Amino acid sequence: MTSHATEHSHGHDGHDHGHGETEGHGSFKGYMTGFILSVILTAIPFWLVMADVLSSPTATALAVMLLAVVQIVVHMVYFLHMNSKSEGGWTMLALIFTIVIVAIAISGSLWVMYHLNTNMMPAMTEGMMKTMP
Amino acid sequence: MATQTAVHETQTPVFLAKEEPHAPSSTMLGFWIYLMSDCLIFAVLFATHGVLGRNYAAGPGPQQLFDLPLVAINTSMLLFSSITYGFAMLAMEKDKKQATLVWLGITGLFGAAFVGLELYEFSHMIMEGAGPQRSAFLSSFFTLVGTHGTHVTVGIIWLITLMVQVGKYGLGAENKRRLMCLSLFWHFLDVIWIGVFSFVYLMGVLG
Repeated sequence: MTSHATEHSHGHDGHDHGHGETEGHGSFKGYMTGFILSVILTAIPFWLVMADVLSSPTATALAVMLLAVVQIVVHMVYFLHMNSKSEGGWTMLALIFTIVIVAIAISGSLWVMYHLNTNMMPAMTEGMMKTMP
Repeated sequence: MATQTAVHETQTPVFLAKEEPHAPSSTMLGFWIYLMSDCLIFAVLFATHGVLGRNYAAGPGPQQLFDLPLVAINTSMLLFSSITYGFAMLAMEKDKKQATLVWLGITGLFGAAFVGLELYEFSHMIMEGAGPQRSAFLSSFFTLVGTHGTHVTVGIIWLITLMVQVGKYGLGAENKRRLMCLSLFWHFLDVIWIGVFSFVYLMGVLG
């Protein structure tokens, strides 16, 4: 199994498919690829913000968000060994379900609360703000 | 009824499985579902910070409070701990007990450095009067980042427990399964940290 794992660093098709415990591990190459990609994907957003590379904050924010999403995918693939086949596809299904719930929870909260803010703020006077609990 | 069927059967029916049925273990799937539920906790805290993250109550904002070089060092600590945990898993697969323990120890040190830097940052902020009670922004910040830090602390305790287990009982099937669960947990915390440094620190400083 050891030689098998080192020879075929890409696939796990050849061995131990019945045992959930030993399935789905990575290889040295996989971990290093994930690590180097993560370092690059971490360094770029920090550099963008700290060196103030892009002129508009909106563009920088978009770039930071995009790079975060890419890095999360890199971590999922290379460190958490996410694929559509592990545990008969159930981990992927649970992940997709969670992503849907997370998207609804975050975007829904932001949507509702920012609309509340815009609807509430003009009606509020300084005096009301001060007497607020 | 039962006696009737027993009479008609030529062989005595067997009601006990003599061997364990070789069903694929569902531990990893169960642990993955736990992680997904943990993900929901963080999603709610991220949403809270998204809503309250600009309410400074005339207090200090991210530009004054966040020390990005410190956050960068912190991020690299967690990233290094991820790759060293990966090396521990590779050593585990080759049944190298000593190497596994060494890599786990290094992972624990990186994790401890992360928690230490975070506690230093927190204490520094509280000393400046920017504690969790100062503004809604700081309340949600301390809750989100503190929850992540608590997870890492629990992960370190788990890691030490497993190091003792591996040291005492070796790399049996049970310990391998436990190490795989902690592997998922540890890498999952790194994934959450990507969200924290991107959305809380970097985008907070952007304003």
